[in-house]
Amino acid sequence: MGDRITLQVARYRPEKESEATFQEYEVPYTKDWVVLDGLNYIKDRVDGTLSYRWSCRMGICGSCGMMVNGEPKLTCATFLADYAPAPVRVEPLTNFPVIRDLIVDIGDFMRKLVSVKPWIIREQEKPLSQGEYRQTPQEMDEYKQFSMCINCMLCYAACPIYGLDPKFVGPAAIALAQRYNLDSRDEASTERLEILSDHEGIWGCTFVGECTKVCPKHVDPAGAIQRYKLSAALEALKSFLIPWGTS
Amino acid sequence: MDTPTYTEYHPRWLRRRVSTYWWMQRGSYFAFILREVSSLSVAWFVVYLLMLVRAVTQGQASYLAFLEWSRQPLILSINIVSLGLVVFHAITWFKLAPQAMVVHFGGRRVPGSVIAGSNYGAWIVASVVVIWLLVGA
Repeated sequence: MGDRITLQVARYRPEKESEATFQEYEVPYTKDWVVLDGLNYIKDRVDGTLSYRWSCRMGICGSCGMMVNGEPKLTCATFLADYAPAPVRVEPLTNFPVIRDLIVDIGDFMRKLVSVKPWIIREQEKPLSQGEYRQTPQEMDEYKQFSMCINCMLCYAACPIYGLDPKFVGPAAIALAQRYNLDSRDEASTERLEILSDHEGIWGCTFVGECTKVCPKHVDPAGAIQRYKLSAALEALKSFLIPWGTS
Repeated sequence: MDTPTYTEYHPRWLRRRVSTYWWMQRGSYFAFILREVSSLSVAWFVVYLLMLVRAVTQGQASYLAFLEWSRQPLILSINIVSLGLVVFHAITWFKLAPQAMVVHFGGRRVPGSVIAGSNYGAWIVASVVVIWLLVGA
């Protein structure tokens, strides 16, 4: 291990600071070391007081999202060698309140996620004895992309709308609502539309498109929201033209 | 070494404010703001077109006066800048179209490049018709 790189890590210790400060750590690295490896090295060998979230270190759990040189990244998939020899700045995800060091509060996202009912809802559940709800590969392709979301919240950190208006439901929650709307087994799209067709829902989005760019799972939340807008507009038009209902 | 002290729950959260100049912090944010601002140019061209139509309906003298008015350096430069912004508006819009539109044809999803391409195609056809009206007819 010959090469070394400097990590400039944002620190916030609420018991003694009212603002975030930066602390520099020099860590060794090899070509397969990611930013998270650097943080783990600091935690284990240099400074045990550094706090951050991580779990799977393989891009599945979605807990190690941080700002790396100002960009929202999964630190388990961001290689130190790509930044060397310049120092790497690691900060907590923007647009969220910081609890400590690199840890942000995710309560707001969790509440929003539940509010869009991201699960399959049937008008009438069929009994288990009748077997499973079947789906063709084509029907699965309709929503599969949106089901890849790992709730890492990088899209919220990239979204200036969420930063300016924290009431905005936000990219991942809307994409996940769309994931269930497009699922042939689900029957609650009207229910979700009522939740999402207001100003803080889909219409809050102005299509900056950054959520899609930073998504590590290629979910394309921006696309999901725009498609949602189209179907909401069509629904509104339908209810205007045919007030007595279509179904 | 500091003696560890117990921090009572709930700790003071650090809330960071979004800068007024957030749109200058990233190239893509700036492009977004420029795209939104360019809709003012679209609106300006609509107004300009209505003014032209009004001048035409009021007879030749009024039409010539409108042309004279348009020749002013100020109006000319507004129109040149607006043309640039409207082209930017159109290109960014066509680039976004495949994300918003999902079209199925023969049971298959039409690729994004085809959707964007057909937008550009329609643009070219409309432009050719306009040029033909101006030059050919």
